[in-house]
Amino acid sequence: MRTARSTRPPTGPRQLHPGAWWLWALGLGAAATRSTNPAILLLLAAVAGYVVAARRGDAPWSRSYGAFLRLGLLVLGIRLVFAVLLGSPIPGTHVLFTLPEVPLPTWAQGVRIGGRVTVEGLLAALYDGLRLATLLVCVGAANALASPARLLRALPGALYETGVAVVVAMTFAPNLVADVRRLRAARRLRGRTDKGVAAVLSVGLPVLEGALERSIALAAAMDTRGFGRTADVPRRLARATAALTLAGLLGICLAAYGLLTAGGAGWAPPVLLLGLAAAFAGLLLGSRRSVRTRYRPDPWALPEWLTAGSGAAVAGLVGYLSTQDPAAFAPTVVPPTVPVLPLAAVLAVLLGLVPAFAAPTPPRRAS
Amino acid sequence: MITFEQVSIRYADAAAPAVEGVDLTVPEGELCLLVGPSGSGKSTLLGAVSGLVPHFTGGTLHGRVTVGGRDTREHRPRELADLVGTVGQDPLAHFVTDTVEDELAYGMESLGLPADVMRRRVEETLDLLGLADLRDRALTSLSGGQQQRVAIGSVLTVHPRVLVLDEPTSALDPGAAEEVLAVLQRLVHDLGTTVLMAEHRLERVVQYADQVLLLTPGAAPVLGEPAEVMAHSPVHPPVVGLGRLAGWRPLPLSVRDARRKAAGLRERLDGRRPGAAPAPTGAPIATVARLAVRRGPVQALRGVDLVLRPGGITALMGRNGAGKSTLLGSLVGLHTPASGAVTVGGRTPHRTRPAELIREVGLVPQDPRDLLYGESVTAECAAADTDAGAAPGTCRALVERLLPGIADTAHPRDLSEGQRLTLALAVVLTARPPLLLLDEPTRGLDYAAKARLVEILRDLAAEGHAVLLATHDVELAAELAHRTVILAEGEIVADGPTAEVVVSSPAFAPQVAKVLAPGPWLTVHQVAEALSA
Repeated sequence: MRTARSTRPPTGPRQLHPGAWWLWALGLGAAATRSTNPAILLLLAAVAGYVVAARRGDAPWSRSYGAFLRLGLLVLGIRLVFAVLLGSPIPGTHVLFTLPEVPLPTWAQGVRIGGRVTVEGLLAALYDGLRLATLLVCVGAANALASPARLLRALPGALYETGVAVVVAMTFAPNLVADVRRLRAARRLRGRTDKGVAAVLSVGLPVLEGALERSIALAAAMDTRGFGRTADVPRRLARATAALTLAGLLGICLAAYGLLTAGGAGWAPPVLLLGLAAAFAGLLLGSRRSVRTRYRPDPWALPEWLTAGSGAAVAGLVGYLSTQDPAAFAPTVVPPTVPVLPLAAVLAVLLGLVPAFAAPTPPRRAS
Repeated sequence: MITFEQVSIRYADAAAPAVEGVDLTVPEGELCLLVGPSGSGKSTLLGAVSGLVPHFTGGTLHGRVTVGGRDTREHRPRELADLVGTVGQDPLAHFVTDTVEDELAYGMESLGLPADVMRRRVEETLDLLGLADLRDRALTSLSGGQQQRVAIGSVLTVHPRVLVLDEPTSALDPGAAEEVLAVLQRLVHDLGTTVLMAEHRLERVVQYADQVLLLTPGAAPVLGEPAEVMAHSPVHPPVVGLGRLAGWRPLPLSVRDARRKAAGLRERLDGRRPGAAPAPTGAPIATVARLAVRRGPVQALRGVDLVLRPGGITALMGRNGAGKSTLLGSLVGLHTPASGAVTVGGRTPHRTRPAELIREVGLVPQDPRDLLYGESVTAECAAADTDAGAAPGTCRALVERLLPGIADTAHPRDLSEGQRLTLALAVVLTARPPLLLLDEPTRGLDYAAKARLVEILRDLAAEGHAVLLATHDVELAAELAHRTVILAEGEIVADGPTAEVVVSSPAFAPQVAKVLAPGPWLTVHQVAEALSA
């Protein structure tokens, strides 16, 4: 009864649990890393974009999707420019054009500036850049659908204070940008030019001073509002928490090392599981120190399962298909071929559209 | 509820204690107003109640401060959070979360209240403060008055028995200030909350106070009934000034009380008129013609026409976000017009090089600190001389003329609000611009600093400067401006001699005008002159 009342009701327009959105977006992102086929990547980006368009709210962070899209294009552009300027290790025969090559001393052997630009090299760079851009678009989709601040609120109590620090840091950045803008404008009022690097640098100190003052004001406000109140816990419990968390983290690091190096495949997974279990137990024990309660946590109901499940399904299916049909998922660039779009892959990626229908519409401001 | 016993507080590197020998008892359910010039220790006393002084700020506290029976020396601010709610001048510095509803719940989450209690209290508070329509809104998308109401709401949800407010209305337009004060009065009347508030704008708040604590640097604090304290206070609102002049007893604190006593005065003033300043003539210094400016998605100005002539002081008023700052910014070329034209001294500001533009027009921004980057007053003045190409020492001489006694070695950030404003004004005036713009200059200024600013601006206008100031301070506009322009939604809705514009508007009328309506009187000074003539 009590728990049913404390969460938001799972009917009507509401925000989907932020965890579900992030799992879904990470699923799409994981699928993107399994392929360099531009058709599949573009389809993934389109699916993410459609869901954002269908289900984003009207909060300020909902507009961040466009920024991530532009960032993705920028990454793609940079990747291509580098491929043109520095050449590409891909051996190619179809020469598009030849740039004048800068002669380099012998110690810089292996590095090339200018020279032949081939279709193969450019295609490889394009596919590679597109993969990274798609990944960014997926993160951008998660960002637009659920702000990271909301995700952090769903963290267990022991991580709460870390979460607040991250949230404060995240609001710090936009404030800093606003400050730099304001102070650059103020430079004009002093009769100095507001253009160029020097103008930005010269406002550095006042901006930092302002940011520091604001942080101190916020810290004071948080303190007067009860931030950091803790419950008394026995010393033994506190020690056990610390030991468990530390052991858990060590275990996870060891396992990660084992997984990444050859020969660790045997012992690493069990160590990883043990480490995760220890860290989780530490977090649970640590939560006892915190007296916080949570106001109307988002419920985890059917739409959340469907959304997170669709992300996992896309990641799983694309991962499986890519091992079955590697040629379709990583089209060869030497010689250049027209990428094909296998029907199975299309269906798998389209599963990512489920949240556009399964997720509840976000509440909108009447205006 | 709150007791101070022989309290003195001294900060680590200060020569003298910030407050000394304070004995004070505020009973439950009273609204106690702290009054005094800048630097008299108002914020320090407020901090001592919330526990921020000395736990957060450092310094030494002698004596004893207890709130609801808890000694603030032994309880840190977070341990007083369920008892004392603190709201400062800038609501944005107070917010921890990003939406209205979460912000209201934040304090309760920290205290670990059960979920169903939190749910109920958030709904109650949304209704109490009239925020129900805004519950899902992002905090940054709210207006100033709405933000301040959310900030007050966010501390109210934990049901504190004491509310500590440091200049809660100083950044707000008259309408938004009314909103906030109405809420405070309701809290005191209906919930029995004890409120301790510091505020420079006495004309807004003194009528709501049950007690006034008058702090004067170097003298013992005086606590008493508002009317008694105001009878002798060096700082007082215009309605009290009028009451003192007319010899009304008991002294009225609100416009309503004063009006009931003012029949006689209105009769005596009948047939007389205040000496009107001649409307400035002469070639316009600046012309704004059908100006439209977009700022991001917002159409900030739509078709504004304005002509500024030498010797004229113009007040620019309107609610927060009406486009006042954008208009000032356009005159110094910070914004490119979408259509229409701006001409200042024959130039187009946004196409003029900054070094040339500062000889035509100078702007003192809302926060004068934006203009000051120097390590000391001397360094700042030297930089200003170089920027303006003026003879060395010009700026320093201006500072000395405007406000004598600012130390050479002081860091601009350590100056008081009034000193900082004067320094920024001197920096701007170093280039001798014929047009001077000020954005919200009286924010945070006490009465003495404000009176000083009025004198300075009058002198500058007499020397032939044109002055345009954006302000929420109706008393300042009444005192100073020859002409008042009211902006709403980026359009000019009223433009004319101050007396005509403000007397006809309930929101922008100064207290004296409200008391003596329909007479054309705006300030105590005018009435005094008319009576002595």
